[in-house]
Amino acid sequence: MAHPNLKNSSVIERITGRAIPLPENDVDTDRIIPARYLKFITFEGLGAYAFYDERFDEQGKPKPHPFNDPTYLGATILLAGANFGCGSSREHAPQALYRAGIRAILAPSFAEIFAGNSTAIGMPTVMVSPLHLETLITLVTQNPSTDIRIDLKYKTLSTSSGWTCPVDMNEGYRKAFLEGSWDTTAVLLANLDSIHKKAAALPSLW
Amino acid sequence: MTLLEKVWELHKVATLPNGQDQLFIALHLVHEVTSPQAFQMIEERGLPVLFPERTFATSDHIVPTDSKARPFSDPLAEEMMAALERNVKKHGIKAFFPGSGYQGIVHVIGPELGLTRPGITIACGDSHTSSHGAFGALGFGVGTTQIRDILATGTMALSKPKVRRIEVTGILPKGVYAKDIIMTIIARLGVNGGLGYAYEYAESAIQALGMEERLTICNMSIEGGARVGYVEPDEKTIQYLRGRPFAPKNIDEVAPYWLSFRSDPNTSYDDVVKIEGNTLEPMVSWGINPGQAIPVSGRIPSPKDLPPTERDTAEKAYSHMKVTPGEPIEGKKIDVAFIGSCTNGRMIDLREAARIVKGRKKAPHVRAYVVPGSEQVDAQARKEGLDIIFRDAGFEWRSAGCSMCLAMNPDRLQGEEICASSSNRNFIGRQGSPKGRTLLMSPAMVAAAALAGEVVDIRKWEI
Ligand code: SF4
Repeated sequence: MAHPNLKNSSVIERITGRAIPLPENDVDTDRIIPARYLKFITFEGLGAYAFYDERFDEQGKPKPHPFNDPTYLGATILLAGANFGCGSSREHAPQALYRAGIRAILAPSFAEIFAGNSTAIGMPTVMVSPLHLETLITLVTQNPSTDIRIDLKYKTLSTSSGWTCPVDMNEGYRKAFLEGSWDTTAVLLANLDSIHKKAAALPSLW
Repeated sequence: MTLLEKVWELHKVATLPNGQDQLFIALHLVHEVTSPQAFQMIEERGLPVLFPERTFATSDHIVPTDSKARPFSDPLAEEMMAALERNVKKHGIKAFFPGSGYQGIVHVIGPELGLTRPGITIACGDSHTSSHGAFGALGFGVGTTQIRDILATGTMALSKPKVRRIEVTGILPKGVYAKDIIMTIIARLGVNGGLGYAYEYAESAIQALGMEERLTICNMSIEGGARVGYVEPDEKTIQYLRGRPFAPKNIDEVAPYWLSFRSDPNTSYDDVVKIEGNTLEPMVSWGINPGQAIPVSGRIPSPKDLPPTERDTAEKAYSHMKVTPGEPIEGKKIDVAFIGSCTNGRMIDLREAARIVKGRKKAPHVRAYVVPGSEQVDAQARKEGLDIIFRDAGFEWRSAGCSMCLAMNPDRLQGEEICASSSNRNFIGRQGSPKGRTLLMSPAMVAAAALAGEVVDIRKWEI
C-alpha cells in the first residue's frame, strides 16, 4: 500500500535538463561542502555553500567557478571527473548538491559511500566513459543550452542536438530508481499495516 | 536461539526486497545533535512521527556544564537546543531538558527512567546506544537517514549480525573494574574485531557486575567494532528497574517475560572467546584508538611486538602521544582528569572515585572535573555528599552532560594537554584540542591519577 504522502514520484526513470561541467578527478566531500557547515541544524540552504571555498575568497568575493557562472544557472546534471565524492561519509555533501539544484551526476566513477548517500536522497550517480564525458563537456561548453536526457531504463544518454552514448550504473541502485525503492522510508512505509500490527502486538512502554 | 535472535524475530516486520530485515524499534531516543536534519526530512515529505509515544528526547552533547542559563553562550549550541525544543513540541515527543530533574546523557537516562528494559529494540543517533544491551535489549546506533526512517516508520532496515559470546570467568582482582574488562577485550580482539558481530558478554565475572557496570561494558562494544553488545537479564536487572519512573508498575508480573530473554543453553555461536577474569589488570590506553591499551604495569609496545597491520597506527600514535616504545605507562604525567561520560558517569563510578579522593588533595598542576551523567546522578551524589568530597580535594563539580568526552561544549583540552579520562574514545582531537592527548582508564584510576599528578597503579594504593 503506497503511503498518501509518498507519491510514485519515487520512481526515477529518466533525468532531463541542462548540464554544468566540473571536469576534475578526485573531488572530495570537503571540497563539495567544507566541514564548518556541518554544524548547521538543517540541510536547507546548504546549496548556497556547495563548493564554497572554491567559489568565494576569504572576503566572500566570488571567484570564477562553474557554480558562479550565470550560463549554467538552473542546470540539473553535473558533469564530473573520476572518483567523485571521495573523503568522508557525510550526508551533507550530496545534500548540498541536491539543494543547489543538481538531480543527477555523470562521472567516470564515484566514491562508494557518496554514491550510496546520493541514491538514498534520489540523486542518481550515473557512469559514463571518460571519452564520452569529454565529448559531452565540449558540447555543453560550446552550447550551454544543450538539453541532456539520461534514460536509466535503457542506460542511454541523448542530447537535444542528437548525440547519444551509453551510460552505466550500479545495478542495485538502478533497480532501486526504476522500482522507486531508493527511498528507504517509502520501502518501509509500504508495510504500514504490518508495522501497526507489530506495534500492537508488542508491550507498550508506559 | 541466542538472545539476539529472539529479540530480532520478535521485532521483525518483514524481509525487504534487498534482503535486509525491517525491524520494529520499540524505543527511539533522540538528542539535539543528530536529529534536526532527520526531523526536517520527514517534514519536507509531510510525514508525521509515527510513534511519538515510543520516542523520547534529551539534550546532552552541546549543553554547557557550568551554567545552563539560556541562551547558551555558543550560538550554534543554542540553535541546536532550540531546534530540538521546537521539534519535540511539534511532534508531541516527551523530552527531558535541563532543570527537569531527568536531563542527562541519553544512555544514562534511558536505564535510569526505566525506559530501557529487557527484550526490546532501541535506536538512537549515537553510536554508544550499544550501552542499553546491559539490560538484555538490542541497542543500535544509527545515522541521520535511519533516524528519519525510524521517526517516519517506527522501523529501520538492518542486516542481522553474527553473535560472538565473550565469556569472562573467575573473579575480578581488587582495583580491576568493568572498564578494565572491556578495555582488555578491545585490546585483545582489536578495534575492528567486532565488525559484523554482536557481543554477548557472559559468565561469572559479568554476572557479578551490577547494572551500572554492565552498562560500561556494553557501552564500549562499539569501540571494539561491534554495533551491539548485551548481557542476559537476571534478578539484578529486575531489581534495578523496580520503581523507575517509566518502568511498569506490575514489575513482578512482567519479570518472567523479561527473564525469558536468554540465549538457549545449547545454542551455537558464530564465535566464542574466553577471558580469565582473575588475571585482569587495570588498563590504560597509550595511543590514539581504544585498542591501543595496556595493563598499567606494562610498557608501550614496539612495532615489532605488533601485527604488521597495526604498525602504521602505532607510529602515528607514538608521534601524536609523544611516547616511545618500551616506556612504562605508570608514572606518565597528566594535566587534566575527567570523570564522567556515558561510559563512567554513573553513581557507582562517582562513589568509587570519591572513596579514593576522600580526605586527599589533587596534584596542584592538575585540572580535575567530575561531570555527573545525569541530573538524577547529580542529585543523588549531592545527597551522599560526594560533591563536597571532590570539591574539598580541589575537583570541579559540574552539571550533567557529555562535557569533555567529545568537547562539543566549552569543556575541552588546551594545546598538548594529557587527560586521564573515564570516557570511551582517545581519537586525535576528540577532547577538543587537535594536539590534546587522552589516556582512557577506569574512574578509580582517573581519581588516583588526579591526586598523584601522574598515572598510578590503583592496586598499590591503600583504599
Ligand atoms: S558521553 Fe561521549 S560517548 Fe557518550 S553520548 Fe556523550 S559524547 Fe557520546
